[in-house]
Amino acid sequence: MAENVTPRVRVPKEAAAGEVITIKTLISHPMESGQRKDKDGNLIPRSIINRFTCTFNGKTVIDVAMEPAISTNPYFEFQAKVPESGTFTFTWIDDDGSTYEDTKEIAVA
Amino acid sequence: MSFSRRQTLAIMAGSGLSVMLGGRMALATPTEELIANFTGGAEITGEGLTLTAPEIAENGNTVPVEVDAPGAEAIILLATGNPNPDVGVFHFGPLAGAQMASTRIRLAGTQEVVAIAKMSDGSFARAAQEVKVTIGGCGG
Amino acid sequence: MRQMLRTGAAWAALGLAGSAALAPTAMAQETNLVINDEIEIVTRAPAPEHMEYVREIFSGWEYRSPETQTLQMDDFENPGMIGVDNARADFDTAMGADGQSCASCHDTPEALEGVRAVYPKWDEAKGEVQTLEMQVNECVTERAGAEAWDYTGDRMTEMVALISSVSRGMPVNVAIDGPAQETWEQGKEIYYTRYGQLELACANCHEDNYDNMIRADHLSQGQINGFPTYRLKNGKLNAVHDRFKGCVRDTRAETFAPGSPEFVALELYVASRGNGLSVEGPSVRN
Repeated sequence: MAENVTPRVRVPKEAAAGEVITIKTLISHPMESGQRKDKDGNLIPRSIINRFTCTFNGKTVIDVAMEPAISTNPYFEFQAKVPESGTFTFTWIDDDGSTYEDTKEIAVA
Repeated sequence: MSFSRRQTLAIMAGSGLSVMLGGRMALATPTEELIANFTGGAEITGEGLTLTAPEIAENGNTVPVEVDAPGAEAIILLATGNPNPDVGVFHFGPLAGAQMASTRIRLAGTQEVVAIAKMSDGSFARAAQEVKVTIGGCGG
Repeated sequence: MRQMLRTGAAWAALGLAGSAALAPTAMAQETNLVINDEIEIVTRAPAPEHMEYVREIFSGWEYRSPETQTLQMDDFENPGMIGVDNARADFDTAMGADGQSCASCHDTPEALEGVRAVYPKWDEAKGEVQTLEMQVNECVTERAGAEAWDYTGDRMTEMVALISSVSRGMPVNVAIDGPAQETWEQGKEIYYTRYGQLELACANCHEDNYDNMIRADHLSQGQINGFPTYRLKNGKLNAVHDRFKGCVRDTRAETFAPGSPEFVALELYVASRGNGLSVEGPSVRN
C-alpha cells in the first residue's frame, strides 16, 4: 500500500430534490507510472490507483478506469444528481489491491 | 539470370517498400487500436463531445483536461504522443448529473489529446486538441 | 549574413530587455489572487526602499499560466494542502522522551499566525539569524528532546507549509536592520555575486530579466513569499533552500548546502525583497 494515502472529497451538505451538484475529489498518491528509472537506472515498478468510483445510495454516479497518465495526486471533478437524502461513497482501488474509501452524507431539504 | 546494377536496386527498393507497406497495414498505431477496442470498430460520425485542454501547458506533468458529452455512456481519453496513449475511461451511471468530468493528466510532450464518446444511441463522437508542452528553462 | 543575424538577435534581446521594466504580461488580465473567496493576496506592491533597481515587486504567481494560477485559488484544488493536512496531524504527534508535541506549547497551528511573515529573524539567545526551519528544529530538539528533522525533508517542509498557511494574506515583513543587518548584507552580497561556469548571479535572471523568457520559462522576480511551493514538475512541496540549490546548480556551480549560513543569509535578503507582498505558501508553481 502506498504511504500516506488520504482521500479528500468536497460535496455540498444540502441540495434540493433532483438537484445536480458538483463534486470534487483529490487523493494523495504518487501514481508511479512504471516509465521512470531510479538513480541506478532501474525501472521503478508501476504503482497506481487504477479505478475510481462514486455511488449514491448504491447507484453509480461515475466509474473511471485510470491509467498511469493520470497525474500524481489524482483529481476528479464531476456532477451528480441527488434524488433524495443519502450517502455518497467514494472508492479508489490501488494496483496492490488496497482500497481507499470515503463517504459523505447529503440532506435533501 | 543476371541483373544489372540498376535492376537490382529497383528490385531491392520495391521489396523494401512492400515490406514497409505490409507492416503498416498489419499494425495499427496504439491509439488506433485503443479506439477500435472502445468502438468495436464502429464508425465515428456523431457530434456533441467537447474536449477542453490548455493550448500551452506550463508543465506536462499536470495538465487540466475536461470532457463533456451530454447523453454519453462513456468517454475514453487518449494522449496520442505518450508511450502508452491510454489515459482513462469515464463511465457515467444513472445518477451522473451531467456526462462530464475534469482531471489532470501527464503529457510526455507536445501532442494531440483525443477523446471519443460512446453515446446512448450507440453512435460515437470524437474531439481532439493539440496541447503544446513547454520545456522549462531551469530545472531548478 | 551571419553578422546580420547576430545584429537581429541583439536587437531582439534589447527589445526584450526593455520590457523588463514593465509589469508581467499576466498583469494585463488584472486577475487577482483570492484564496477560497476569502484570503486576499497582494501579488504586486511597491518595491521596498532598500531595492535600488526595481520599482515594483511581483509574486511568482503573476508569471504563471491561468491554469496554474487557478490551482492556488481554492485550497481543495491546491495539492500543496495535502502536505498541510499531513503537518496538521503531525502537530499533535508526540515526540521525544517526554512525549511532547508542537501542540503541547502552541495549542493549535492557528496560534502561530503571523510567524511566517517575519522569518528569517534575529534570535537573541542564539546570537544568529534563524530561518523558520531552524526555529522548528530548535523546538524539536531542545523543547521536545527529539532528533532534528531533515532541513528540507518532507516532514519539515510540510510543517513549514502549515505554519505558512495560517499567515496567508499577511504582509511579508522581515527585519533587515539592527542585529540582522550583517547577515542581510551577506545575503545581498551573494545575490549579486556571479557563480558557476555560466557566471550568473541571482540578479542576472531575477532582477535584470524578470518577465523575459528563459527558453520556454517565464522568468519571475524569484520572490519567496510563496514557499514552500507545490511544483507541478515534481508533484510535491519544495523547500526554499532546495530551490536556491537548484538555481545555483543551474549556473553550473558547486552549490551551498540547504541550511548553510550562506543560504540562511540569502533567504533573509531575498525575503526582504518581498516585504509588502503577502505570505502565500503553500503556493502552486510550474
